[in-house]
Parts: sequence; C-alpha cells; structure tokens
Amino acid sequence: MKLYVSTRKGLFTLERAGGSWAITDVAFLGDPVTLVLPSEDGLVAALDLGHFGPKLRRRANGSTEWEELEVPRYPDKPSESDEKTPWSLQKIWSLERGRDGTFWAGTIPGGLFRTKDPAKGWTLDRALWDRPERLEAFGGGYDAPGLHSICLHPERDEEAMVAVSCGGVWRTEDAGQSWSLEGEGLFADYMPGQKRTARATQDPHAVRRCPADPNVLWMQHHNGAFRSTDGGRTWSSLDVPPSSFGFAVAAHPTDPQSAWFVPAVKDECRVPVDGAVCVARTRDGGATFEVLRAGLPQTHAYDLVYRHALDVDPSGEVLAFGSTTGSLYVTEDGGDHWAAVSLHLPPVYAVRFGA
Amino acid sequence: MARVEVTPILARHLDVPKCEVPGASVREVLDELFERHPKLRSYVLEDHGALRKHVVIFVNSEVVRDRKELGDAVTASCEVVIMQALSGG
Repeated sequence: MKLYVSTRKGLFTLERAGGSWAITDVAFLGDPVTLVLPSEDGLVAALDLGHFGPKLRRRANGSTEWEELEVPRYPDKPSESDEKTPWSLQKIWSLERGRDGTFWAGTIPGGLFRTKDPAKGWTLDRALWDRPERLEAFGGGYDAPGLHSICLHPERDEEAMVAVSCGGVWRTEDAGQSWSLEGEGLFADYMPGQKRTARATQDPHAVRRCPADPNVLWMQHHNGAFRSTDGGRTWSSLDVPPSSFGFAVAAHPTDPQSAWFVPAVKDECRVPVDGAVCVARTRDGGATFEVLRAGLPQTHAYDLVYRHALDVDPSGEVLAFGSTTGSLYVTEDGGDHWAAVSLHLPPVYAVRFGA
Repeated sequence: MARVEVTPILARHLDVPKCEVPGASVREVLDELFERHPKLRSYVLEDHGALRKHVVIFVNSEVVRDRKELGDAVTASCEVVIMQALSGG
C-alpha cells in the first residue's frame, strides 16, 4: 500500500517501512499536481501547469518514465450561446476508473469526460453538459463550476453519482446516457429565498460512497454535512462537532455507519476551530460523532484540509490527510491516534491510497 | 523559414529544440511546429486554438497581437519565440 500526496509543488509517494511512513519517491518537483489515480496498471497524475494548462501523465507500474496523455477537450461553444462560462478545460478536478476499465474525469468548468484509453482522447458527456440546469450553476472557489466527486458503483457499471460545486449532485443509471438532478433534503441557508433548496445550485464540497453498501453516500456540503441511504436521492443533515463546515469526508469501506470529517470554523473563516486540528468520526450513521484530537496540533494550528486531501485505506483503519500548511497526518487505528508524517510539505491538494 | 525557439521553462516538459519552420503567419508556423511536436499544442493553445492566457509569442521581439486567430505575419527571416508570461509564486 502506497500513499500518494499531491501538492502545489510536486507528487510525494510514501510507503510504510520500519513502523512509520516515509517519502520514497518525489515526482514533478516544482509543478502543481492536482491529484492522482492509482490503478492496477499504473498511476495517472493530473497536473495544473499554470501557464501551460492542465496536463495528464501516466507511469506504468515498475517504470520511472511518465507518458503524456491527452487531456479532455471541450467542443466549440455554439455561436448563439450567451453563456459566460468558457467551454475550455481549466482543471482536471476528479479522476476515477470503473470496473470495466473506463476512465472518468471531472473538470472545471463542470464537464464530465470518459475514455477507454486516455492516450487517445476523451469524450464529453453531452447528456450532462447539455442539461439546462447547468447554466444555473456557479463557481465555488474557482470562477467556473467544478465537477470534483465521481462516485462509481462497486457492482453496477451503469450507475454513478457526480457532484458539482456549485451545481448539485447528479445520478445516472445508464452509464451517462441520461442524468437526474438529485438532492432532496439538501439546503443552503446562505442562499436567498427559494434558492435555499434549489437542487441546481447546491454546493457539495465532497461526496463519498460506502463500497460495502453503495446506497450509502456521505457529503461535506458548504452548508453542513449530509448522508444518504438511498443512493443519493434523499439526504439527511448531520450535526458534526465542533463545526459542520469543512471540505473533506471519508466513507468507511466496510461499515456504512462510519465516516470521518475534518471540520473548519465556517465559510468566512477557513481554519480549525480554536486553532486546534481535529477529525470528527461517526460510527452510528451520523447520529453522534467523536472528536478525535490525539496526535494532532491543538494550539495555533491553521491547517485547512481540501476536499481531496483525506483518504482511508481498504481496511478502514489507516487514514491520511494533508493540509494547506503542508502538514501530513496519518492514523492506523481509525483515527484514535494520529502522527504527523511531515509538517514541511508544499500545500497539499490531495491524498490517496493505492497500489 | 522562420527560426523558432521555445522557453526553457517549457523544455522541462517537452523536448522541442530550436528549429526552422515554414509559414507566412504565426498560425501557419505553429501548425507546422505541432506537426513535428503534437504534444506541444496543448501547452501553447487553449481548447479552441487561441493562445493560452499566460503564454506569449514574440515575432522579432514584438508581442503577437492577434492571440485568437494568430494572423500576425511571419517572414522568412523572422525569429519566433514562445514563452510564458512572468507571474506566479
């Protein structure tokens, strides 16, 4: 098991040896790495090279060479369109691979792309892109909407849920031929009037599915935390201490009652509550939470954890999260005790366990 | 033939040596350059063929004005330099 840490200035691979986690490989040093996708035949890395745009590279298992892949490419915007969002790739913001080998990529400005072979190009999911509700969406943290979560179904290739900031949660049951805009029960108190419950402008920060019970999904939303037990159709609000605001959530791989959140104060103050880093864990479906602090800094700590920067391994015991201040914390007992693996990395964008 | 050079910053990612390229406009020169180095295209141009926002091209030390159609004229003795805007931290 490896731990891939994508940062503003490189990709760091960690492995466990001699009782602790250590960096064993550094790639793309100096370049922004948005996130990576480990899979059985290699590692795909999404870079954001700033001047030169988003890029995709792949390294085969056992190789040290990175191959440049095609990036998703948007079609021309119709000349009659008055849409403000540019139809142009700004960031690759999620990457997953289905059981059938298909690669899925979520992007800013909100498009979902698929391919069997990312060396040959990608296809935009027009069924989702052409939905009129998309024009109601707006950016969250970036100028344009972004598709950041792709929750594939562990048993049914044709079912998936994707989440867009700020454009709601979408479900397909026919492999992307059609989509339904879901989200009953979600709400955004910061939005005016009827927009509070409008599905098309909800801001899910991250959505994760429980592999053992695919109908269970967990969401960290701009307005709080939510859980669904019916495949994302309806959602219940959760009261997460010490704050329901945050970006990241991890779903327990085998226990649909368990999940972890990393709270921050609130929208306009994105730091840990009282400068003390903590993780909130539920083991009863979100009815109650434990606040886990052992091994985490509790004074003047201003780590913020981005939406892709928390992950759990297949056992449900090992978790890792990285912060905007370059700290990386790991637990091997489900969160009861944490250890700082590094306090000196570049700002962390994403962490992910993989082969 | 125009003489084309890309910034060393780009050379970290792609091997594009100095070369001579035919073409009467920036677009024609780039099209030929991308024929030789297909992966260079997405580093220089956005999805629809306009110059990336933070990429700049000089023709004989003059900044290219037509960033969308890339119609600025290029002659046989021109020096074309592709580089990045200086920004970031």
